[in-house]
Parts: sequence; structure tokens; C-alpha cells
Amino acid sequence: TLRLICTTTAVQKRNVAASGPEKYTEAFIKKQIEEFNLGKRHLANMMGEDPETFTQEDIDRAIAYLFPSGLFDKRARPLMKHPTEVFPEQRKIQWGEDGRPFHFLFYTGKQSYYSLMHETYEKFLNVQKHQDQLTAQDLPLQKEKRNLAGSRWLTKIELEEMLLEKVSDNDYSRFIQLLQKLATLPCADIEEKYIQKFSKEVPVQLQKVVIEPLQHDERGVAFSTGEGKRKTARATAVVYDNGTGKITVNGIDILHYFPVLQDREQLLFPFQFLGRIGKHDMVCTVSGGGRSAQAGAIRLASAKALRSFVTEKEVEFMRQAGLLTVDPRVKERKKPGQEGPRRKFTWKKR
Amino acid sequence: DDKLLTEPLNHPDFFSVKELFTLKDLFDARVHLGHKKGCRHRFMEPYIFGCRLDQDIIDLDQTMQHLQLALNFTAHVAYRGGIILFVSRRRQFCHLVESTARACGEYAHTRYWQGGLLTNAHIQFGPGVRLPDLLIFLSTLNNVFEPHVAIRDAAKMNIPTVGVVDTNCNPCLITYPIPGNDDSPAAVELYCRLFRMTIIRAKDKRRQSEAVEELQ
Repeated sequence: TLRLICTTTAVQKRNVAASGPEKYTEAFIKKQIEEFNLGKRHLANMMGEDPETFTQEDIDRAIAYLFPSGLFDKRARPLMKHPTEVFPEQRKIQWGEDGRPFHFLFYTGKQSYYSLMHETYEKFLNVQKHQDQLTAQDLPLQKEKRNLAGSRWLTKIELEEMLLEKVSDNDYSRFIQLLQKLATLPCADIEEKYIQKFSKEVPVQLQKVVIEPLQHDERGVAFSTGEGKRKTARATAVVYDNGTGKITVNGIDILHYFPVLQDREQLLFPFQFLGRIGKHDMVCTVSGGGRSAQAGAIRLASAKALRSFVTEKEVEFMRQAGLLTVDPRVKERKKPGQEGPRRKFTWKKR
Repeated sequence: DDKLLTEPLNHPDFFSVKELFTLKDLFDARVHLGHKKGCRHRFMEPYIFGCRLDQDIIDLDQTMQHLQLALNFTAHVAYRGGIILFVSRRRQFCHLVESTARACGEYAHTRYWQGGLLTNAHIQFGPGVRLPDLLIFLSTLNNVFEPHVAIRDAAKMNIPTVGVVDTNCNPCLITYPIPGNDDSPAAVELYCRLFRMTIIRAKDKRRQSEAVEELQ
């Protein structure tokens, strides 16, 4: 006869489900709690502290002292916590002594999920009835818009934790659809509290970049600073107003620092774009990278500094021209089995 | 205790179920309206009174008798503390049926029926489950117009069934069929009201009898 050694996951799940409700009986958990309390007092005695005022932090410190462990994962180290935190919340037995189940939807299998759907639908019918009453009395329906942007519905995992039972994807999407239908009704304000149980606030992150205002130095000349980077080069630029178009890099004039025409063109491009070539002075510091990378870094730094001198529309034009975006291109790493980042070894037929 | 259980069985209508409804009530709730002639099931022909303009009319005299038998049976089951499960796969009346079940203190299942609920109960729910003692169908068909799986499963597990059978349903495996309309909201509300009243009456009578027994 053949013996089934490799069982399918369905069979394995069935066996697990059968032994599930018997894992942690109430008596077992009570015993664990008594043992934990006794052990806490023994531990306090061992450490020479007062057993009455021995908190969880003291327990953690004592265990870390008595059982030092070099394991990396904190969860693998010796642990002494209250049994309600250690053992996951289990569903207690669902029926009484005479065998009658407690919940009226017990025989469906997913009692908490279906009772939730039942309740939500009841609220929905309530709201509709209220709406009908208002229309019968010719009163206007309230239209205060809930801010849908700042809130999100519960995720499937959060719902599973709330209901203490598995929820499938279809069930979850149906529940969210029903909630949305309820929320979009005009008179949904009556059931605000119920809807809030299933929605969470999402902090709206401000993406707007703050443009710094102009600063003035001792002589009264307006200036502003900007930072830029390209490949490995980092640059800081200080742009002064009422200037003649002189540009200094690391204390050296650009004609001497950047002998190549292409680099000087890169430096002048932000000024040329805004039409302010002879109007500003610039002093910059740059380090790292190569010739072209330093030029690109200073260009970005000067463009960022020029934002403070210029209207919002022109800032938008600069952004669209690509003057304000950091160039993300860096040197790609060499891979094993290849000559370079992309170049493969010469292929020989034989 | 023995006297409590055997005494109701001596009377034909211990819970006076006949007073709960009249033929006029059934007619006003449009229970006599069936489906069209093309939808007619062969086994429903004895219960049909006639056909008018292609629509079948159910014989309300037979319905009265069947309804009285069915209500009497549910009352006896509720009196003996049995578990009653309301089953219906109609989305319109899902909420109504669940609320009725809750009001009676009994159970309901108006959702998707998982395969092994009755036949594989000990593995699905856990060892030591008590299965329902009576299944009440407020609509014997499921959403694809096929007979509900629970009828066959209850027959397999020797669980008696009470069901409202329409002209397109198969009344074969149901122990107490009630030929009548299962589509109109008025008819379904009437059935829910009748079942609720019988179950509550039966439970009250049981509590009264137990109180009387304790006094003696």
C-alpha cells in the first residue's frame, strides 16, 4: 500500500484548524498568568529589589543581565512577558453548555465579518429612512463635505486584527464598497461615529518647496545661497546683486579654474536663461568629482540661489527647463562575469 | 420533564397556530402568485390551482394546510429547545431574514453556503458542534436558480426542512413544503412575521410550563 508522505496544503490546513481551538484553553492561560506573577516575585527577590514595585522594564533589564545573549534578532533572545502579550488572542469556544452557539450568524462560518456587514447595512437603511423623512417634510438635505483627502479606510490586515478571523480579498473589497456607499450619502452625518471606526487619518505632507528670502550683507547688497551636487561633486554658491558678472570658484577666477569652454557655458546657463548675465556676482566653493561634475554642481547651486531673486512664474520656467532638478546619474557598478557595467567579455565561438 | 415533552404531542394544534393567519391575509400578501407557465416545475403541478394569462396561480387551500403543518412543526421544535436555521439566498431579503432570526433568538444563514458546513461541520467549526435541528428556507433556489445545496445536505444529515416552494422550485427533498410566492416583499414579510410569532409563542409556552413544573 502507498503511504501519503507529501500532503497538500489543504489537508495540512484542515489538521491545523482541528487542533486550533484546543491550543490555549482558558485554564491554561490562567495557570500561565499565575506562574508569571510568581516568577516575577522570585526575580525581584533574586535582584534584591522590592517585589511589589517591580515593573516590566525592570524584568527586561533583569533578564538581559541574567541571560546575556549575543543573538542579533531581539525576538530570539530570552523573553519574560505577561501571557496576554505572549499568546495571541484566541477565539474562545463559541457555544454554551446546551450546545447552542452564542452568535446568531455562527453557522455561516465567518460570523464577525457577516455581522459587521449586517450592521453596516442597517446603518445604510437608517440613513435612507432619515433621508426619506426629510424629503417628505421638504427639508433640505445636509451637504457638509467630509474631507476625503485626509482619511483612508482600514487595510485588510487591520480589519483581520479587528475581527479576529481571516478576511478574503473579495470580502474586504465588498465591505469597503459598502462603506463608501454609506459615506457618500447626503445624510451620512448621522452615522459619522460608526464610519470613523473604519477610517484613519493620513497626515497630508506638504510637498511645496520653501524659497528662502533674500539676505543682506554689511554693505546692503542682497545675496542668497544655494547648494548643488552632481555625481560626487558638492558645491555651494553665493549670488550677490548689483554685480558685474564676475564669477569666482574656490578663490580662483573661472577662466583659470575651468579652461574648457563647455564648463563655463554650463555655469552661465542659469543667468542666460533668466537674462541676467551682467547683473549678478557669484562666489562658489566646490569639492569632489571631476571637471564636468563640478561644473554641473555649481550650475544647480546657482540656479537654486537665483530662485530668491526671481518671480514664481520664472521659477516654474526654470523647473521646467531642468535647471532645478538634481541629476540622478551616477557611475554604475561593475558586475561579476562582465568586463564593466554593461560590457560583456569577448564571446569566442570555440 | 418527560410530561413536559410528551404532553404537546397529544394535541393536534397545541400552539393554536391556525389563529395566526387567514386565507385573506395570504391573498393580500400576494402569496398565490407564481411564475410564468414556462418556468413551471413538473413536481409543483399538484399545488397549482390554475394558469391565467400564462401566470401560474397557487392553490391557497393547499397552502393553508401546508403552512399550518409547517408552523406546528416549527413550534414543536422551538418548544423542545431545538436550533432553527433560517436560510435564504435572496439579496433583497437578506437583512430582513437575519433580523427575524435575531429577534427569535435563532440562527440565520443568508450568505454564500460553504460546501462542508453541515456535512463537514466537525472539521470546519471544531469538535463538539451541535448541528441545527430544523432548516427553514424562505427561498429554496440560490442566485443561479438552482436548488440550494442545503436541501440536499440536510437530507443527508437527517435534518428536517421547512421551505417556501415557488412554482419553479423542486419540492422533493423538503419535509414540510409550503407552496407559495417567494419573490414579493409582502409575502416574505408575512412569512417572517408568522415564523417569528410561532417561535416566540412556543418558547414562552415552554418557559411557562417549566415555571409551573417548578412550583409543583
